[in-house]
Amino acid sequence: MNSLPEAAASHNTSISGCAIPDPALFADAGASLRAALERLGQPSAGNGKPCLYVGAGTCGLGAGAGRVLDAIRDLASVRSGDVNVVEVGCIGLCTAEPLLEVAMPGTPRRAWDCVGNAAEAVAIVNAALSGQPHSRPPAWQYRDAHAQPWPHIPLFDEHPFFAPQTRWVLANCGIIDPGSIDAYLAGGGYHALAHAVREMPPAEVCEQIERSGLRGRGGGGFPTGRKWRIALQQSAADKYMICNADEGDPGAFMDRAVIEGDPHRLIEGLVLASYAIGAGKAIVYIRAEYPLAIQRLHEAIDQAAEYGLVGDNILNSGVNVEVIIKKGAGAFVCGEETALIHSIEGKRGMPRPRPPFPAESGVFGAPSIINNVETLANVPAIVANGWEWFAAAGSKDSKGTKVFALSGKVRRTGLVEIVMGTPLRAIVEQMGGGTPEDRTFKAVQIGGPSGGCIPAQHLDIPIDYESLKTVGAIMGSGGLVVMDDRNCMVDVAKFFMDFIRRESCGKCIPCREGTRRMLEILKALTTSRKTERNVQALERFKGILTLDSLAEVIRDTSLCGLGQTAPNPVLSTLRWFRDEYEAHIFERRCPAGACTALLTFSINPDQCKGCTLCARKCPADAIVGSSRKTHYVVEDKCIGCGTCVTVCRFKAVTAQ
Amino acid sequence: MISLEINGKAVSAQENETLLKVIRDQGIRIPTLCHMEELTPSGACRLCVVEVDGQRGLTPSCAYPVADGMKVRTHSPRVLRARRTIVELLLSNHPDDCLYCVRNNQCDLQNLASEFNVTDRRFTGKKKTGPMDVSSPSLIRDPAKCILCGRCVRVCEEIQQVSAIDFIGRGGSTTVGTLFDGGLNTSTCINCGQCVMVCPTAALSEQDSIKDVEAALDDPERIVIVQHAPSVSVTLGESLGLKTGADCDGIMTAALRRLGFDWVFDTGFTADLTIMEEASELAQRISDGGVLPMMTSCSPGWIKYVEQFYPDMLPNLSSCKSPQQMMGALIKGWFAGRESIDPARLYSVSIMPCTAKKFEAQRPEMAQSGSQADIDAVLTTRELARLLRRRGIEPRTLSPEAADSPFGERATAGKIFGASGGVMEAALRTAHYLLTGTDLEDPRFLALRGPQGLKEAAVNIGGLTVNVAVVSGLANAARLLTDVRAGKKSVHFIEVMTCPGGCVGGGGQPLDTDPARIKARMQALYAIDRNGPVRQSHANPSVQRLYREYLGAPLSERSHHQLHTKYQTRDVDG
Amino acid sequence: MALNTVSDVLDRVPHAKRDALIPLLQEIQERDGFLSQSAMKALAARLGLPAVKVYGVATFYNQFRFHSVGRNHIQVCRGTACHVKGSAAVLEALQFELGIEAGATTRDGLFSLEVVSCIGACGLAPVISINGEFHAALTPEKVRALLNDLRKAAKGAHDEQLA
Repeated sequence: MNSLPEAAASHNTSISGCAIPDPALFADAGASLRAALERLGQPSAGNGKPCLYVGAGTCGLGAGAGRVLDAIRDLASVRSGDVNVVEVGCIGLCTAEPLLEVAMPGTPRRAWDCVGNAAEAVAIVNAALSGQPHSRPPAWQYRDAHAQPWPHIPLFDEHPFFAPQTRWVLANCGIIDPGSIDAYLAGGGYHALAHAVREMPPAEVCEQIERSGLRGRGGGGFPTGRKWRIALQQSAADKYMICNADEGDPGAFMDRAVIEGDPHRLIEGLVLASYAIGAGKAIVYIRAEYPLAIQRLHEAIDQAAEYGLVGDNILNSGVNVEVIIKKGAGAFVCGEETALIHSIEGKRGMPRPRPPFPAESGVFGAPSIINNVETLANVPAIVANGWEWFAAAGSKDSKGTKVFALSGKVRRTGLVEIVMGTPLRAIVEQMGGGTPEDRTFKAVQIGGPSGGCIPAQHLDIPIDYESLKTVGAIMGSGGLVVMDDRNCMVDVAKFFMDFIRRESCGKCIPCREGTRRMLEILKALTTSRKTERNVQALERFKGILTLDSLAEVIRDTSLCGLGQTAPNPVLSTLRWFRDEYEAHIFERRCPAGACTALLTFSINPDQCKGCTLCARKCPADAIVGSSRKTHYVVEDKCIGCGTCVTVCRFKAVTAQ
Repeated sequence: MISLEINGKAVSAQENETLLKVIRDQGIRIPTLCHMEELTPSGACRLCVVEVDGQRGLTPSCAYPVADGMKVRTHSPRVLRARRTIVELLLSNHPDDCLYCVRNNQCDLQNLASEFNVTDRRFTGKKKTGPMDVSSPSLIRDPAKCILCGRCVRVCEEIQQVSAIDFIGRGGSTTVGTLFDGGLNTSTCINCGQCVMVCPTAALSEQDSIKDVEAALDDPERIVIVQHAPSVSVTLGESLGLKTGADCDGIMTAALRRLGFDWVFDTGFTADLTIMEEASELAQRISDGGVLPMMTSCSPGWIKYVEQFYPDMLPNLSSCKSPQQMMGALIKGWFAGRESIDPARLYSVSIMPCTAKKFEAQRPEMAQSGSQADIDAVLTTRELARLLRRRGIEPRTLSPEAADSPFGERATAGKIFGASGGVMEAALRTAHYLLTGTDLEDPRFLALRGPQGLKEAAVNIGGLTVNVAVVSGLANAARLLTDVRAGKKSVHFIEVMTCPGGCVGGGGQPLDTDPARIKARMQALYAIDRNGPVRQSHANPSVQRLYREYLGAPLSERSHHQLHTKYQTRDVDG
Repeated sequence: MALNTVSDVLDRVPHAKRDALIPLLQEIQERDGFLSQSAMKALAARLGLPAVKVYGVATFYNQFRFHSVGRNHIQVCRGTACHVKGSAAVLEALQFELGIEAGATTRDGLFSLEVVSCIGACGLAPVISINGEFHAALTPEKVRALLNDLRKAAKGAHDEQLA
């Protein structure tokens, strides 16, 4: 397979520092792995044919990469195999999808973004193959140690989205073929595992991780090495190493991208972790909504098994780690460790009180460690490069890098990986390119349903576990949603509260009943004043008065992390956007214009065609007008449901 | 030994004890709604939270082990505010119909509201609704009143190993429900009513038969007969303000007459009759090489359990009807004939410690002929207390009276039926007589007494060793049957009571599952036995007369017709 | 019919235990499109579990359905990014155009509509998925066009069948 990542190697992505596999580490490997390493060691490996890369992660496919891929495959088959077509994962810049890259032998690999249709893809490829410039220049090119860069094409690491990033976890994503274990090996993959099982006792692996300062990337931020040590000290015969890939935070898709783009990195990390704690079974608990990631993972496990890198007697070391995939069935609460364990056991995913902690008694009562995908994906590089290497990056208590899923109201959306301590502003303004359409930035939601909204005045805050807490947010798993002046913060709080209410497991009273009431209080703020009776107005005020104390009790008494953090989105928006709440409460007005029930609707006579649709669909009979004549909204009857805006085919209804 | 500080006071505790236990041992009241002694803590209700120094949130004491040096505050302002808020949240999603509620004044939620002085509605909003499930002959489920503490689910699963109900759905729409949200009547529910006993509100209650009984009592054309089960006389007192275990047999009989019952019979009589038949059946099975072990058949929850889950062991069940149904058959059969009463005019009521008896009374097997049931209505101990209150009868002011002939006389053997192990003990007394012709010198079998879930003994009767086992709580029964099936245990005779502790812990008893109280009720029965003039069923003169005048001998043709039955495999949902 | 496929599924795992419950439910749903009552009972019997436990587990997780879905199963993402980019209007448009609420199937069986938690394509928000295929950056107008295409395709297939 022609995917030796010169580009990757040149961009600080080699995880062991040696781009060419070190055969000595694999002296005890089986025949098939040794043969592969020999193949990869040939000087000709990776050279020869032009190579076409298409970003075919879930988001790439959603943006139309499937059509591009089909066209290019047709083209390649016509040329009967003198070009290679490689499906790669996601490079991380969603707004550039579909992405088509061409690597001609002896020249740096170039990337064309937003290749919308098959014809354009074919044109680009034909031009590139024949050495002609295409009318549209590439978006970037990768550095190549062995070739001169193309003139007038920006380098990948100078692109505003990628330049501020430090891509450790994402090193291979979008670069190498995720379906090829050889491609991973070629970049130094599985070297850490080979090194560890040959030369490091489990306790030393735990120590490396502990000293590196790696903390859980799934939300809580618990020191990973310390957790492992507790499990290692358990004398049980059975232990479980669980990878939580049930990425449930709305607005987060880092784990999916890592698995789709570089599944072997996760498997190597998972096997290393299992070795470190003495677990013979490793389980990847992954969302069923991620079919492509599941497929990639299955393929990768099969390949790794064939090379003797998972399963019995790994690399002839006597270490056994069986890797199993369990598909989650859709329950956000299963991100909580004890709920996840119940789910693996085939039960309702309801948390239980701790202690006992899973490290002592988890799956089927056996000591179990649960780490999320990004945490484990960090492990191979730490083991390969030593803890000092990792600890050198980041801030005082937050080491290494963190991947964020940047979305919402920014020009460039996608995955970014930054060194801990990078200011939030760099992500929003530099990488994201600021808010589009000249709107004003309002807030960043970080940490998902357990997190909070950070306002403009705190954009310079460094991203690390402790700093984020000071402004009422948390690191979380890495969702980062940018909002502009048209997003209403009461509405956002309501959105998260609705999410939590639906996703609460329903077991403990404060979470189940409390979030229900909190949501109702927020709903009362955003419902129409016209339908409100006096008693409801009274309840609206009363609700606001109880909001704070209710939030405190939910936080103080809920059974699990989901409940304990459930009030955060409300508390943080209340803290930074109190004026917006007050406008809703006292003036019955939504400054952002997002809460339709508080808006005034009117019909623009220039655009109204008199089709009568809005009048027919209005549930309050608040629209009058006859056929082919301009229609009018009777304001007193309007309940602000917004149906007319939705149904109008001529954009004639406006809301203010 | 662990030292900790509770409310500023130094306290020592054992390792692995929970905070809740240690705090309660100090005499400090901690409210709980989901906690159940001896079951794994669920941590659902959060009412037991306390403040522990150094912990960020509040700590659920029911699930948290004590640790050295802990500093705990059980009633700090923060704790009280949290508990009160939790109660308020529950109330905000609960119907406000206390005045119309069967659990008025007996409701944990109501008590908590009063304890925390909740006098206004801080939280208002949508309440959950759901149709009541009245499909079961024994129980009513009202999902609107359910606070999802999960105690019923755990009793049904862990104590009874039935799992007719479980949590269904998630989050705010979670309910405790049956398979595919069907009615309890088509579920695997065995009607034992243990869920009612542990329910803190009226989400679970018994089917109320008071109205039917009142209608019969008020109908001048009807002749209304009542029987009362052995355990009722030692538990009814709790509802009358007497101390636990007080025997109110005489005043209860007097009170039943005041209610207007024409005849008052003692189910203890047919308990003795059951022993005559069952002991004979056992002797016959042993001598004829019949199916062993033989299993008792007086607990109707257990019968349904076998029909559903162990149909292959139906032949092991004794063919005897339960004492309630023997009495029912005799009343509408022989007795009606003797008194020349048209059975259609008879209305036969039984007072039982049991909700499953309501189901049993409606079984098609339990009818004389056609559609006329032998027992027309079953009242639980709780319902009797309510009926007495409603009719203005204060039993404590009455003078004791004796039950009516011919079914009013019992040996104390028939009385100890109410405690787990009692049936076995009574049967062994009579078996000894039947096999050896002599009575035991000491009729007590102490190994079979007490609240344990499983009791075993090897009994020597005239040189024959009979292995017996006594279980209560069907999870214990299931474990025993598994061992028996696997050949790990060789037993000849098994007594099974559905409810933990036997009928004194029945699902129709005054609402209390405190083990100490159950034990006191048991002891009351054994005290009656100790002082009883006649302690053997076969020595009961009324029983002897019935055999002389009507039945002939145990296992006779007439006995078979009236006192025995046969059960079949039952197909249920689940 | 459901029973056959269920026994096919179950026969392959004669020694399955409780921890196989969720994977088996997933497999059954993949084959049947939903979980029938008979399938859940058969599964309970195989695993030696009370059937209500199977039902309790199935109703806990979002993934499981108890009714068949339409030929075009539309899932509307309600992640944060989709929300701030207007997924509410997209959902409303879908409900309006299809005349059904989320969770229902149209009477002709052509469409069913479901609201799902974040499907992790936040960069393309707002997103819906139709039979597993993503459609990005939607607006109410695009929704109408999309539905029209699907209706035409269905009618085309129908006519073809007749011809």
